[in-house]
Amino acid sequence: MFKQLIAALSMGLQTLPQRLGASSVIVIGIAGVVAVLVSVLAMGAGFKHTLADSGRADRAIILRGGSDAELNSNLTRADVDTISNAPGLAKDSSGKALLSNELVTVVNVPKADTGTDANVTLRGVGLKLTEVRPELKIVDGRMFHPAVRELIAGAGAVKQFRGLTPGSVLHLRNADWIVTGVFISNGDVHESELLADVDTVGSSVERNGYSSAVALLTTAADFTRFKDALTTDPQLKVDVQREPEYYATQSKPLTKAINVVGTTVAIIMAIGAMFGALNSMYSAVAARGLEIATLRAIGFGALPVLLSVMIEALLLSLLGGVIGASLAWLFFNGHSVSTLGGAFAQVVFQLTVTKTLIVTGIIWACVIGLLGGFFPALRAARLPVAEALRAA
Amino acid sequence: MKYFPLLWATLWRKKTRTIFTLLSMIVAFLLFGILETVDYAFAHPSGGATGADKLITTNKYSITLALPFSYTQQIRSVPGVAEVTWISWFGAYYQESKNFIFALPVDTGTYFNLHKDEFIVSAEHMQAYRNTRTGALVSSKLMKKFGWKVGDKVPLHSTIWTQKKDGSLDWIFDIVGTFDAKDPTQASQQAQTLLFHYDLFDEGRSFGKGTVGWFEERVDDPTQSAATSSKIDALFANSSNETKTQPAKEFALAFIKQLGDIGFVLRAILGAVFFTLLFLTGNTMMQSVRERIPELAVLKTIGFGDGIVLGLVIGESLLLCLIAAAIGLGLSFLALPIIRLGLQGVELSPTALIPGFGAAVLLALIVGTPPALRAMRLNIVDALADKR
Amino acid sequence: MSEAIVSLRNVDKRYVRGKQSVEVLKGLSLDIAKGEFVALMGPSGSGKTTLLNLIGGLDTATAGEITVAGQRLDKLGSGALARWRARHVGFVFQFYNLMPMLTAQRNVELPLLLTNLTGSQRKANALAALTLVGIADRAKHKPNELSGGQAQRVAIARALVADPTLLVCDEPTGDLDRKSADEVLHLLQILNREHGKTIVMVTHDPKAAEFASRQLHMDKGALLEAATLAA
Repeated sequence: MFKQLIAALSMGLQTLPQRLGASSVIVIGIAGVVAVLVSVLAMGAGFKHTLADSGRADRAIILRGGSDAELNSNLTRADVDTISNAPGLAKDSSGKALLSNELVTVVNVPKADTGTDANVTLRGVGLKLTEVRPELKIVDGRMFHPAVRELIAGAGAVKQFRGLTPGSVLHLRNADWIVTGVFISNGDVHESELLADVDTVGSSVERNGYSSAVALLTTAADFTRFKDALTTDPQLKVDVQREPEYYATQSKPLTKAINVVGTTVAIIMAIGAMFGALNSMYSAVAARGLEIATLRAIGFGALPVLLSVMIEALLLSLLGGVIGASLAWLFFNGHSVSTLGGAFAQVVFQLTVTKTLIVTGIIWACVIGLLGGFFPALRAARLPVAEALRAA
Repeated sequence: MKYFPLLWATLWRKKTRTIFTLLSMIVAFLLFGILETVDYAFAHPSGGATGADKLITTNKYSITLALPFSYTQQIRSVPGVAEVTWISWFGAYYQESKNFIFALPVDTGTYFNLHKDEFIVSAEHMQAYRNTRTGALVSSKLMKKFGWKVGDKVPLHSTIWTQKKDGSLDWIFDIVGTFDAKDPTQASQQAQTLLFHYDLFDEGRSFGKGTVGWFEERVDDPTQSAATSSKIDALFANSSNETKTQPAKEFALAFIKQLGDIGFVLRAILGAVFFTLLFLTGNTMMQSVRERIPELAVLKTIGFGDGIVLGLVIGESLLLCLIAAAIGLGLSFLALPIIRLGLQGVELSPTALIPGFGAAVLLALIVGTPPALRAMRLNIVDALADKR
Repeated sequence: MSEAIVSLRNVDKRYVRGKQSVEVLKGLSLDIAKGEFVALMGPSGSGKTTLLNLIGGLDTATAGEITVAGQRLDKLGSGALARWRARHVGFVFQFYNLMPMLTAQRNVELPLLLTNLTGSQRKANALAALTLVGIADRAKHKPNELSGGQAQRVAIARALVADPTLLVCDEPTGDLDRKSADEVLHLLQILNREHGKTIVMVTHDPKAAEFASRQLHMDKGALLEAATLAA
């Protein structure tokens, strides 16, 4: 049986060049489906990585109770003082709490590609920034000085917007700010932001309080203790979340939307590709009618013939899948895109064509190929031999 | 046309092949229709306050930042401004965060004056609304969605504004009336809307009193929109709360632009679909003509000229593509209600489907020309000599 | 002798095959009178099909004059030849005569699509032609529902429907069994004797040639005169 299968398959493959047109339809059709699927899912994956994989389990975000995002939240100085005394908070060498009081606002900066203004998050941060966020590293220039209008720009923001290189001057809200440096922070959402001293930002927007506080805990396990102390305090009305959970909730709607859209489009294309595959394989079987009939007349069983047709379809779709995934990877992997994030400001993320996505794409390709090859294979196996020989 | 029976019969020469090709093509055109509709909708938003005579004034930096209420008088004094009203973003949902409600605190007098002729409200409901401080006017579509009735008390959860009296984020309203959109293209826009009194809002909230989210203006002369916008902004330039005024349509477009280059993504996908379709259809046409060479030769012997034979093949290609396009685009038209569910508030228009037919014709011509040329140029004697 | 409806003078036909030039006909001259039923015979490669193609205006001569129905074919371009064919010649071949996806009636109507007749007129003329060949009852059948002989009758009907000057047949019975072949040949004979149709038929079957009024033999591109049978 196996020998028959190999023989039937190699005959089919040898005559493949004669059926180049029909075969290329399968390859190109499936390549198209896989390329689109992988590209769109890469957007979702990239966005998720930037947002949902932001943060550490031992860091907590504190917002005003009932606010679902930093932009809607406000905390007073008194609130922040109370929070800094909560148990479970890590402390620096001099005993001061590792708590960054932050104020989030939005400014307009021209985009690099179109030149039109778009919103960017300007985040005022507390003095303990580098200790609360140790993953933040300055890669160009220097850190800003407190009490003056200086800011550092995230690497993602620098790519998407104009005029964010060290030494540039930005005109924000009627005042000039100097960009003193560029930072990276593990590719998370903060790389789309501009950071500056919180009190300077506060006076620039005439606000006295803060949006949120970010606390570094002594250990991840201390979270519950920390949270309970704050939520049971009658003077305080706050929500406490682990950082990763906060960002995951923020990113969920858009990631979901991207994945739903991408998968829907890909399913529709896959159905179209499947009809194309059916078409091509039926015509392949028809073209090989004499050949198949001869094999059957010689004594080849129906099963090897059926399998050989299906395997031929599978090989062609596999080729298509590999081409499609490669195209997606070639064109889009690492490509930076920005879109509206939770704070109505731009979030920059990179399309990431992960190994999982490539495998997903190839699996789709194979499924389409198998579905498209099955019925033609069935017809080939059931071909009335005498009739086929006579018709030749 | 008299050649139609011939073209039709030719198309169905190999039934299976034609059916599968058509199915693939229909699917492609379905996708084409859906993507084109979405692309068109994003490129032509109808704007929150429609009409070329509407302007929106926001904080220069972001709509999320407030403006002083005191600006109202100054804006009104600008020549060309017929009416000014003020609104804030309430950010409400009903019971669960997925039940988003476009709840707007509005000043009754100025808001309905600015948007006169856009709402259909009964005089009775309007009077009840004026008389009830906690009253709410609700879009009849929204009423149906949640099964509300006039007289119900409805609690809305604001994601931003806490109440002064108890610090809670829940605000309770009395539904005193309903409204409908006068202009049907506005309908999906208004479908989520609930209007309540700005006074109740401003006095009830625990912070931000005396500020507004944005202003809407109606101008006397739409052709002067740009000039009037600049005049308004000039009033507040260099203040601590600078403004940006623009026609409502531009505001909507700028907002959508921030969503990123959706157009690019959609067009890239459309391009991929068209290219794959080209291959698929091209292959079918080539095969079809190749099989029919002897028959085409016989047609020529009968006296069909080269031009007619060329026309027959192109005609076959056009017939195939247009049938697929009609069915595929027709299906995407039927799918509009489903798309509307996913993209609430975005106006979807059937005119977006017209480029689809253009694409079908282009496809037919590209795909049909090489085999048509081959048919046209075939040498009768050689073709007939090619016997089995 | 009635006037010549087909007249060839010193006709040469040369084909170029790769680098070689093959001479199929050389200095051929021939007259065919109106109302004749000519059988053109010869071994394969003798040039009989080539000669037929030239008479029918399917091919152009390399040199010489060809006059059919008063028209100098060697002076016509391919577009004009096509129009001429539509009016003056009806063809019947050994294979591929009928479009497999059209009914018999629609097949017969094909030449009429080139005229200005209305749809109902075309239909009427097609049915008349089918009646003439005795197969009107099969008008709505597709070729795959017809026997070989029936299909050739339909082909003949199509060749006749535009009332051409000349009927040109290339091995019309080559693919048929004896009985069907005889039926078709009888039909051709009736069309010639009772309806006055001029027919030129290429065949390699001597029995088929017996139905004709005149037999011509060819070998290596030249005509060999044979006896003219009494009409």
